[in-house]
Amino acid sequence: MLIKKGAEASLYLEEWHSRKVIRKHRLPKRYRVLELDMEIRSQRTLHEPQIIHKAKEAGVPTPTIFMVDPVEATIIMEFVEGKQVKQILDNLSLEERYRLCLRIGKLIGCLHNHGVIHGDLTTSNMILTPYGKVVFVDFGLSELSKELETRGVDLHLMKRAFQSTHYRCAKESFDAVIEGYTKVVGDKEAKNVLEKIREIEKRGRYISER
Amino acid sequence: MIPSGHMQTLTSTLQIKTLQSPTTSSRKTAQTPLQIPLSMHPIHKNITETKSQKESYNINGPFCLGIESTADDFSVGILSFDGEVLANVISAYVPEEGGIHPREAARHHTRVAGKVLREAFQRSGIKPQDILVVAFSQGPGLGPCLRTGATAARALASYLQTPLVGVNHCVAHIEIGKLITGARDPLTLYVSGGNTIVSAFEAGRYRVFGETLDIAVGNCLDVFAREAGLRQKKEALGAMVEQLASRGRVFAPLPYTVKGMDLSFSGLLTAAVQLLHEQKLHLEDLCFSLQEVVFSMLTEVTERALAHTEKPEILLTGGVAANKRLQSMLSVIAEEHDARFCVAPKEYVLDNGAMIAWTGILAYQHNITVPVEKSLVKLKWRLDEVYAPWAEG
Repeated sequence: MLIKKGAEASLYLEEWHSRKVIRKHRLPKRYRVLELDMEIRSQRTLHEPQIIHKAKEAGVPTPTIFMVDPVEATIIMEFVEGKQVKQILDNLSLEERYRLCLRIGKLIGCLHNHGVIHGDLTTSNMILTPYGKVVFVDFGLSELSKELETRGVDLHLMKRAFQSTHYRCAKESFDAVIEGYTKVVGDKEAKNVLEKIREIEKRGRYISER
Repeated sequence: MIPSGHMQTLTSTLQIKTLQSPTTSSRKTAQTPLQIPLSMHPIHKNITETKSQKESYNINGPFCLGIESTADDFSVGILSFDGEVLANVISAYVPEEGGIHPREAARHHTRVAGKVLREAFQRSGIKPQDILVVAFSQGPGLGPCLRTGATAARALASYLQTPLVGVNHCVAHIEIGKLITGARDPLTLYVSGGNTIVSAFEAGRYRVFGETLDIAVGNCLDVFAREAGLRQKKEALGAMVEQLASRGRVFAPLPYTVKGMDLSFSGLLTAAVQLLHEQKLHLEDLCFSLQEVVFSMLTEVTERALAHTEKPEILLTGGVAANKRLQSMLSVIAEEHDARFCVAPKEYVLDNGAMIAWTGILAYQHNITVPVEKSLVKLKWRLDEVYAPWAEG
């Protein structure tokens, strides 16, 4: 059963060896040339499970991977029950939202401490399970890096996601994320990353404070 | 199209209460701006019909004159408040070599300003006294160029004693696209020499969902073209790359950099220029590969934003919008997501005065004007800083 048709891949909810699983299939894109299409799809299919494994080492909840097929560009993984943070964030109480964002910040901190850059930190890629666990999904654009630059870009994306999708509570949410992040990576690193984010924002075009 | 007689009634009877009166030092400030009811809004009309029937109506005011001068083009557009384009005269500055030199471009604008204004009035068939509002591109853009257009606009507004509206160039690209193509609530991909933005309207503003982290896509293509020895004459550099690319067959891998919905082109440009200097590939193949990678990146982020926002239309605008390969890629994803793909004719996707005039009208109808003494240009004016109440569905 197709449960989500993303921009890049389709997610199917299926039964696999009497288990509820997600089959993630990166679809061929008719708009791009065959060589580029194959390259992008197989590379991302191989890459994603490796990074997901790395995230587990960092102590960040991610789906369990069952099978990978780079030729078909398919990954079979655990189905995570719960709600997307995107769906619930705006309707939480101030306190609940603060705690959730704090938690998200800590998890991002863990990822970055282990050199994992998620690459698509939006609230649609975080699932809150009924047990209160936050599970990070969709590592399709992630990379391994300890560079300050990539960490900055990663968090900058999170900030942008709040501003575009949760504009009513963007500032408080991102502030809480940074608070949690700081607790994990330490004051010095957090300060550096925040400075980097400011630099990235200025580098982006047409910021009035430049 | 609203017949002229009808328009008269509109002016006299259908004035909607406004929040505040526009603040300008001119005589006309006492007037309440004309409000056109939504049902009469030009996006509800068939534009091509409007154009072909232009002659059969005696077009009535009010009118807005818009001046565009953010970069290499100086342009004047004149529109009636019901969205009829009466004139859209564009004069482009073509550098003898290299990219746009801001001072030289501004010099060009100063030189042609009078001529372009006169021609716009001639084509529109209206008199300067018929202008109710003067709009100008207040930013973002190159300082000297912006200031030249702003000076002309201030002079004109003072002389004609009309209110002045400062228009955001990026907003204007979206608004004219909506007017011309009939798109109502599009996801916009705005690609030009200075901008690469994926944007959609949410709660009062055009939000930026994705943008370049370094150089603009048009800049990337232009610099590559110049490195390859191409020189801009009548045809734009981008068009030359497009032509060469259409003859390319061999695909060479180049860095593909998408970060979420943001893009980066500088590494790609460096790699492409390196390949160029190695001279192992035909220029046609290299142009082909560059275009494929660049446009695939753009299409990917556009599709991602489309899936995220679930907008009913994709609007393509900016100078790079003229590229047929990019158009075909975007129409593929539009089709897959049941969205309508919209792109305006070239004169409305390139920088033009009509888009400034039209956005000026929309802003003026919401009492957004600027007093001459506060009309300083804003070089880094972001799209998402602009409050755009007129776009509210």
